Amino acid sequence: MGDAVLEISNLAKNFGALRATDGVTLDLRPGEIHALIGPNGAGKSTLIHQICGTLRQDSGSIRFAGQDISGLGVAQRARLGLGRTFQVSSLASDFSALRNVMLAVQARQGSSFRFFKPVMRDKGLIDTAMTILERVGLAARARLPAAELSHGERRQLEIAMALALQSKAFLLDEPMAGMGPEGSKSLTRFLDTLRHEAPILLVEHDMDAVFALADRISVLVYGRIIATGTVEEIRRDPAVRTAYLGDHA
Amino acid sequence: MREAMIVTRENLINLILAALLLAVPIGANWLGQPFYITLATRVAILALAATGLNLALGLGGLVSFGHAAFFGLGGYVAGILASHGFSGEPLLFGFSGTNQMWVIWPVAVVLSGLVGLAIGAISLRTSGVYFIMITLAFAQMVYYFAVSWPAYGGEDGLSILVRNQFPGVMTMRPMSFFLICYVILLVSIGLFALIRASRFGSALQATRQNEVRVATVGIQPYRIRLTAFVISAMITGLAGALFADLNRFVSPSMLSWHMSGELIVLIILGGTGRLFGPLAGAALYVAFEYALGGITERWQFFLGLILLLVVLFARGGLLGLLAGRARHG
Ligand SMILES: Nc1ncnc2c1ncn2[C@@H]1O[C@H](COP(=O)(O)OP(=O)(O)O)[C@@H](O)[C@H]1O
Ligand SMILES: [Mg+2]
Repeated sequence: MGDAVLEISNLAKNFGALRATDGVTLDLRPGEIHALIGPNGAGKSTLIHQICGTLRQDSGSIRFAGQDISGLGVAQRARLGLGRTFQVSSLASDFSALRNVMLAVQARQGSSFRFFKPVMRDKGLIDTAMTILERVGLAARARLPAAELSHGERRQLEIAMALALQSKAFLLDEPMAGMGPEGSKSLTRFLDTLRHEAPILLVEHDMDAVFALADRISVLVYGRIIATGTVEEIRRDPAVRTAYLGDHA
Repeated sequence: MREAMIVTRENLINLILAALLLAVPIGANWLGQPFYITLATRVAILALAATGLNLALGLGGLVSFGHAAFFGLGGYVAGILASHGFSGEPLLFGFSGTNQMWVIWPVAVVLSGLVGLAIGAISLRTSGVYFIMITLAFAQMVYYFAVSWPAYGGEDGLSILVRNQFPGVMTMRPMSFFLICYVILLVSIGLFALIRASRFGSALQATRQNEVRVATVGIQPYRIRLTAFVISAMITGLAGALFADLNRFVSPSMLSWHMSGELIVLIILGGTGRLFGPLAGAALYVAFEYALGGITERWQFFLGLILLLVVLFARGGLLGLLAGRARHG
């Protein structure tokens, strides 16, 4: 494996007296799925927020695609190729699924300062967005307002938007949550192929999916990484078993 | 399809509104009742000003409580250029004003855009109630500046002795001046429609719905909002120049917070973010002012009641009632 795409070192973040991120060091390498697991409240979402810039770290550094991105805003990091999904989905809820993806496509093209051509008559834009919706299996729901989609579908839509950005790394915060067993299975198959497009930092509670997909797993407890390793190493790690996995392993 | 039906219905209502606004002054002209032509011109100009605000407020969700600053600025551009044009006193760099609308309008538009850029650049760093308050504060600064600046009438305002000219048009004839305002209104509504449907419009409407989402796809919400705010200020400024010519008078009242509030009220009455919302709102407002204003001094109390009813029971305003919910494709 080559140089890491994303490198986080000594990241720390407090909320008042709470250490939500406590000296986290972690990297994401080309072609891999790196799963981040840990109990609720461990600080997984907080970590994703800091990588994307929706939260600022107190100390430590984040390097992405060879540059320090700690000082950049959310939009600038996205332009560099960080594609993310949210634990609680975050969409333009009045817009249809299609228009949400079209927004991501126009953002990637850097063409948001065009004032005269109607988007709904822009065949190139619509077709590109439709192709992406087909890939995530949402084509049939394209014209529905995002607000009317199911939880699982909103998750898929967020993935579609990250795809539309042609991201260099994906940060997915519990993408399986709210999906039935069938949905989880097909999303697992999908992510398995996605890793070849760009590496994935995957926060997930569904252990079947994690064990099936992950090249490496990091375990976060109380803001600290207590172990990083392959699936086998993590399954065997006694500290992990007591802290988190319980009878899953 | 239900979607297509609603769109057609809204278009039909828009068409009727545009036709009515034209029919009233034509009828009044026929009957020799110029007062109603003036009333219709007032509707057209207020609708134009509110169309500008609708871009920021309706599409971008930016509740500017300071758009009177641009409205008044446009008014003072018309007044000041005309007064210098009349007296021949030099204004700037040997330029001594003009009474030509085709010069006045671009000056009003550009100046409003520049002031909008300055006000927006600072105000848009805040949001919610802070944004409302800071836009109000800026407009009040402009207001007090105008009040305390004696050169152009201060508190008493400034008269435009003869309505400014437009090549080939007898602007003093009420019907001719109405037609100028009507055409500018329709062009601006068309521009609003284009912008709303464009990529920029998509980004703008998305920032209203979910700012974090917009940033997450790599678009900076601040830039989108600032651009919208500037375009919005330009349109409202142009309306101000026309308003000064309609009344042949401009005073600090055009800059007052009442004016800013009135523009917001027009939009809410007509339907926020709707293409013809400002026109519907302005027509309703002026009709109210005229019908009730004759009966009672307290007509604004009744306007307040209606506004309350709209906010409580008809969120989409008049157009929402008539044409159903707005769809976004
Ligand atoms: N904005 C915030 N302000 C204060 N505390 C927060 C904030 N966001 C998260 N927390 C706290 O930080 C801890 C980590 O939260 P989170 O990152 O959401 O955990 P996870 O995603 O691993 O379940 C929790 O105790 C949570 O209550
Ligand atoms: Mg979480």
